[in-house]
Amino acid sequence: MLIRKHPSVMIFLALLAVFTIAVTLMSEAYGSGVVPTSTVKTLGKTLCLALAAVAMDLVWGYAGILSLGHMAFFALGGYMIGMWLMYARTGEIVAATLANAPIPPTAEELRQGITSQIFGVVGSADLPLTWSFAGSLPMQLLLVLAVPGLLAFLFGWLAFRSRVNGVYLSILTQAMTLALSLWLFQNDNGFRGNNGLSGLQNIPGLTEVPQSVISIWFLWASALLLAGGYLLATWLTAGKFGSVIRAIRDDETRVRFLGYPVEGYKLTVFTISAMICAAAGALYYPQAGIINPAELAPIASVYLAVWVAIGGRGRLYGAVIGAMVVSLLSSWFTGGRAPALDLGFYRVEWVNWWQVLLGLGFVAVTLFAPRGLSSLMDALAGLRPPRRLGADLGPDVSALREKEAEA
Amino acid sequence: MRHLLLSLLLLAAPAFAQDLASVLDANRAQIERPSRQTIAPVIEALAAAGPQAGPVLEAWADRRLGLAGDRFVIVQGDGAVDAVTGTPVPGDVQVLRPNSGVRGVIGAVLVQFQLNDPETTRRAAALDAIARRPDETHLAALRAAAADPDPALAARKARLERLLTIRFDPDPQARIAAIEGFSGDTGADLQAVLNPLLATSRIAAPAIPESANIAAELTLGDDIPEDEAYHLLVASDLAPARLASDAQKQALAAHVVDGAVGGVPVAELSDPARRDAAYDALAEAGLVPPAATAAEAEAALAAHRFADVYTEPNPEITDAARRALRAMALRQGTQQAADLALDALSLASIYFLAAIGLAITFGVMGVINMAHGEFIMMGAYTGYVVQTLIAGRTLSLVVALPAAFIVTFLAGVVLYRLVIRHLVKRPLETLLATFGVSIALQQIAKNIFGTQARPLTAPAWLEGSVGFGEIVSISTIRVAIFVLALLFLGLFLWIMKRTRLGLEVRAVTQYPGMAASMGINPDRIAMLTFGLGSGIAGIAGVAIGLFAKVTSELGSDYIVQSFMTVVVGGVGNIWGTLAGAALIGFLQKGIEVMNPANTLAAQTWMILLIIIFIQFRPRGIMPTRGRAAEA
Repeated sequence: MLIRKHPSVMIFLALLAVFTIAVTLMSEAYGSGVVPTSTVKTLGKTLCLALAAVAMDLVWGYAGILSLGHMAFFALGGYMIGMWLMYARTGEIVAATLANAPIPPTAEELRQGITSQIFGVVGSADLPLTWSFAGSLPMQLLLVLAVPGLLAFLFGWLAFRSRVNGVYLSILTQAMTLALSLWLFQNDNGFRGNNGLSGLQNIPGLTEVPQSVISIWFLWASALLLAGGYLLATWLTAGKFGSVIRAIRDDETRVRFLGYPVEGYKLTVFTISAMICAAAGALYYPQAGIINPAELAPIASVYLAVWVAIGGRGRLYGAVIGAMVVSLLSSWFTGGRAPALDLGFYRVEWVNWWQVLLGLGFVAVTLFAPRGLSSLMDALAGLRPPRRLGADLGPDVSALREKEAEA
Repeated sequence: MRHLLLSLLLLAAPAFAQDLASVLDANRAQIERPSRQTIAPVIEALAAAGPQAGPVLEAWADRRLGLAGDRFVIVQGDGAVDAVTGTPVPGDVQVLRPNSGVRGVIGAVLVQFQLNDPETTRRAAALDAIARRPDETHLAALRAAAADPDPALAARKARLERLLTIRFDPDPQARIAAIEGFSGDTGADLQAVLNPLLATSRIAAPAIPESANIAAELTLGDDIPEDEAYHLLVASDLAPARLASDAQKQALAAHVVDGAVGGVPVAELSDPARRDAAYDALAEAGLVPPAATAAEAEAALAAHRFADVYTEPNPEITDAARRALRAMALRQGTQQAADLALDALSLASIYFLAAIGLAITFGVMGVINMAHGEFIMMGAYTGYVVQTLIAGRTLSLVVALPAAFIVTFLAGVVLYRLVIRHLVKRPLETLLATFGVSIALQQIAKNIFGTQARPLTAPAWLEGSVGFGEIVSISTIRVAIFVLALLFLGLFLWIMKRTRLGLEVRAVTQYPGMAASMGINPDRIAMLTFGLGSGIAGIAGVAIGLFAKVTSELGSDYIVQSFMTVVVGGVGNIWGTLAGAALIGFLQKGIEVMNPANTLAAQTWMILLIIIFIQFRPRGIMPTRGRAAEA
């Protein structure tokens, strides 16, 4: 039903499957080994970022809420899974060390050993309250969704009920992510301050399995999650719910007067998108291996918006394209592999100039192609955006312009 | 003490009992090999031998008194002089080495001489020495010394005498009177005297003795953790030591027999209860010493009381000291609050300077300029470049301010013409496009100036600080920034209320369509406004660069706070921006006081408070009213 209505979903899923199978066949673990393990990890991480972009597109492209704090949810998801990874992995190491002692260790001694291993860096001897469930994978998996979901719910509830919107909301979300990152930076809050959580690429119980195999498993998981998230987002935006949130984006006041509980819709979409983001983060950080509060810097969330804008907002595949193209290009340029451009009088080293290119390119996209890269798809399909020239006919931004009215 | 008073009487007598030479001769053996118990009469006799004896005692205490043959000599540099006549003495000197006890006795007597020395500097030095290491004998010496002719020294002496009274006077009433006499004083020396009076020690006893001066009785668990309480019991020999788990583990490991300890298999020892059982079995077999069980420990804890007890036994004195300290803390608190208010004011003026340009562009045009922070950075780098070109610091600063304004004004105009003009109808996209400009500008600055911080040095007359009293002080740069902020407030008000440009800007803000039909070009006005806002950002950059490091990230450090200032204050109203800056500045400093070690926490709480504040005033402290508010 969903697929019949949206053929693009089928195409997207097929492309994703082809991509995953191709990478698997070229990987070191299951194939020819053309693609090195580090690249497999980069690709897996990119899929997670694409999912975060889908979540961003859901709130921004569909509901018109420009949240500049979504990376906070992404990183929170990473922190939640990182706690279990680090705790369980340290537990294995401590247990192995203590097993050599003549007397087997008590549960309390094990916990003490783990705590001093993890928190010795920040000079703390007690396991913080926030780590109470760190030993249990199901609990932490639940928290991956619950903590960011709750934060998004509370924040959204406070913001939407007092009718904070537009630019104000964007600034407020920036403030939220800044506050959270500053909070995590403090050593005494139980998240190891600026050390962050590290060694996350070592999966507890899988010490024997080489990283090349684990990276492929994570690629599969990321692809599955992206497919799932994409389907969920399509389902949400396809039905009546989707129509209402698009209507809110275009004219909030009118929807409110039509009797829809605008705040409820906005809160729902904001919370769901935060949870999708968190799930993506929970898969991203085990592949990255380390997470620290710098990941929550306000700029990171703005980049997320940049990806969606470049890809084309208001289209889920646009968000995926934007995130993949920009983040892969970014790692190509900043990885030093891009050939330098010799202008005769100046040698452009892309490591130094990529940011400039990205910034200016972004300005160009905003100015000339508001639909981003996905307008290429439109061009292929023969769709052209209306030329919105001339002054407004009516009082609103969304009103038809003079020239459009004539056509 | 009695001897000392005696010697003072003798000192005052017109004729000296014996002259110095005969005293030295008479006590030769004692002086050569002094002992703390028997030396006192000798020293008193010496002290009574007239003013000449001063240098001798001093030399003796300094280990500079020696024997050359049978004459007492004082070593001075490389040579030596006769102790009595002062004539140089050639030959070998055998230096006397009195022990520290003896030197203490000598020192106490010596103070007498020094306090009555005709030389003012010597008397001051004596007072310094007493203040540094006060001791019981000094009190009598101070009281007995003749009134000082120098009024400043006399005052110091009187103060010192009262301080010593608090510490050493045998009469509690005199001590209390001295403490109360100091009311209104916040001196560090007084604090140093009062604090030790309130020193406490923790005691455990079956019942707290009646005589003890109790600071607080401790309840188990609340005031004192049970572990600590039990350690206290063990330390006071009131209970046997409990077995530490490490010691237990070692004892168990030492007695593993055939994979079992005391009949308990090793594999089961991961359970603490089984460990206790194994240890008990070992103890019964006499292999390890018995340890207190948990029940015994609990009983011991229940049978004892715990308290913090003042070392000072007299409760009246501790009460007086506590009262005095509390009053002192209150006075200091007031001064600190004043200091803090100054700090907050300077922070507020920095935020105001950083935000004022933003308020103009945001308020007047509804345009969010994310590159605003980069304009601040641009201004700071302009200041740096001007400084490298012009040597004189004052001159370079004078040139840098307008230069920064011009550079950022032009940058603002270019940004407006190229980008913002095309996005006027799409405010959210302006936000994103200017963000793109911001990351490009940041990277370009990094490519040109490198990543390390560049210095922007203030002229000499801006260094140093302005102070009022002991605690309240503020650096001159911050005063200058405050003045600059006031200046800009004035300038802004003048432009808006008194010039043609201001009139047109207000018209365009309120109703662009109507303004246009009255012959105002809204596009030109918007461009000029944007340039003005950017130019002010540039000047703010120079000001911020004077006290912060100039790096390419300078702007992004201030951008979120600047936005907060504008949003909290209310868009489109300069007084709102001022109020917002003041609120944020004072809030941040205020929270920092609650948790001085942690400025990160202060910022976190401030942002949270602002988010909550927005709940109640979504349009800021001073919301715009009328037609413009709906745009």
